[in-house]
Amino acid sequence: MLVSTPNGQPAWAQRSGRAKLALWAGWLALVALFVFCWQIMTKDTIWYFIYDAPRQAADIGSRMVPPAWTYMDRLWWPLWDTLNIATLGTVMGVIIAVPVAFLAARNTTPSPYIARPIALLIIVSSRSINSLIWALLLVSIIGPGVLAGIVAIGLRSIGFVAKLLYEAIEEIDESQVEAVTATGASPRQVIDYGIVPRILPAFAGISVFRWDINIRESTILGLVGAGGIGLQLQASLNVLAWSKVTLIFIVILATVVLSEWVSAKVRHAII
Amino acid sequence: MADATYPHRWKRPPVLIQDRRWRLAIYGGGLVWLVLAIASIEVNWLRVYEGLERGWRFIEGFLQPDFTSRWEDISQGLIESLTMTVTSTVVGVLISVPIGIGAARNLAPTAVYLVCRAIIAVSRALQEIIIAILLVAMFGFGPFAGFLTLSFATIGFLAKLLAEDIEDIDEAQAEAIRATGASWWQLINYAIQPQVMPRLIGLSLYRLDINFRESAVIGIVGAGGIGATLNTAIDRYEYDSAGAIIMIVIVIVMMAEYSSSHVRKWVQ
Repeated sequence: MLVSTPNGQPAWAQRSGRAKLALWAGWLALVALFVFCWQIMTKDTIWYFIYDAPRQAADIGSRMVPPAWTYMDRLWWPLWDTLNIATLGTVMGVIIAVPVAFLAARNTTPSPYIARPIALLIIVSSRSINSLIWALLLVSIIGPGVLAGIVAIGLRSIGFVAKLLYEAIEEIDESQVEAVTATGASPRQVIDYGIVPRILPAFAGISVFRWDINIRESTILGLVGAGGIGLQLQASLNVLAWSKVTLIFIVILATVVLSEWVSAKVRHAII
Repeated sequence: MADATYPHRWKRPPVLIQDRRWRLAIYGGGLVWLVLAIASIEVNWLRVYEGLERGWRFIEGFLQPDFTSRWEDISQGLIESLTMTVTSTVVGVLISVPIGIGAARNLAPTAVYLVCRAIIAVSRALQEIIIAILLVAMFGFGPFAGFLTLSFATIGFLAKLLAEDIEDIDEAQAEAIRATGASWWQLINYAIQPQVMPRLIGLSLYRLDINFRESAVIGIVGAGGIGATLNTAIDRYEYDSAGAIIMIVIVIVMMAEYSSSHVRKWVQ
């Protein structure tokens, strides 16, 4: 915009005076907030440990290499458990998420004032709690082991799958539903022939995507006792066996990269 | 006679996988895996049965959350989490902006591009918890390690999305600014920044949201915040305090999600 300068010549500036002032005030508020938060956060920080960190890092780094390759023999079984936690957890989550999604979608819900809010509440509470916290709770309730991991992954997956699925259901082409309804189909047949074929590719894509995320999350669930390769990680960390920790990190990284590749391939083939 | 050729029966075509052999192979393989997986799980059903009573106590604790008796610890954890979230988001955004510009194909020379992409790949491949374990070992327990973890995780997320956004800008405006004889800095300031700023603000708010959620988790491995308090509460079987903490986390996450979606709408 054009503003005039003291010598009367018009000059160009990106913003007007008022916008400049507002912007400046905004930045000032942000900086003040940052400094305030920083002060509170570092109130109890022991700065000696932080100056000492490079030395610690070098020390740990030297212990981490070379990885203890022979330890791999004892990692295959936990790795299998990890994959099972992710897969069975995804299956459980998907089985519960499908009815929840149909209850939550505006065009298929049986009652918009009772069933829909309940379904949305299930989705929100499942989504706001991380699977590691679910695992923490479940380990203390049903005991440590693979089952706690599966249920934790399953509970976390419900919200994710149901949310994306109900958005897909709401976006379907209504004219096909109308065409199927016009043949005299029952509500069940409308869902079976009018809606399901439309959302099946999206559903498969969402499930594979969630399976990929679940593999990533199930590798660390063992930290709180919920089975899988994380248990080995926790055991190695407790005895400061850093060369074993390195090997476990490598295995986790390889698993995650592999599952990401598989899920990308599958989703590419579907969509 | 036309009757003979006219099909009277309709067979529903397969929806997802058209090829019959692939269909059999994928479904069959999936089934075999499921059977093997279920067969290999060891479950102590007696322990599960005993745990049901505890589960009931947890649900009771959740229905009657106890905010008061541990309020000191809860508020301390909450303050740590919130301050950690704000500082790590600010620092993460500040670092990820130059990396994001460097990782944009249309702005950076190849060498810079490769370095920045490598930083993003490393930051994205490692999970928050694993970074937190390493940083706690190096920097000691407490929110400072958590702050570093979240900042590092923010870089990978934000720089990648920012770089993709810069690559998708309208080239005509960049060309117009370039034609005026603008320097590289002026190009960034007048052609790129106005186009990507709304999305950058939106992404930063989204990341603020994610960082708070993650700050509730990394406390479990000793990186400070509300997660440490929650871990202690569950370890001591104080389900009513744990219920209170989880409720507070859910409410804050919902509030953050709601307000950030409003701000994003207002910015765009």
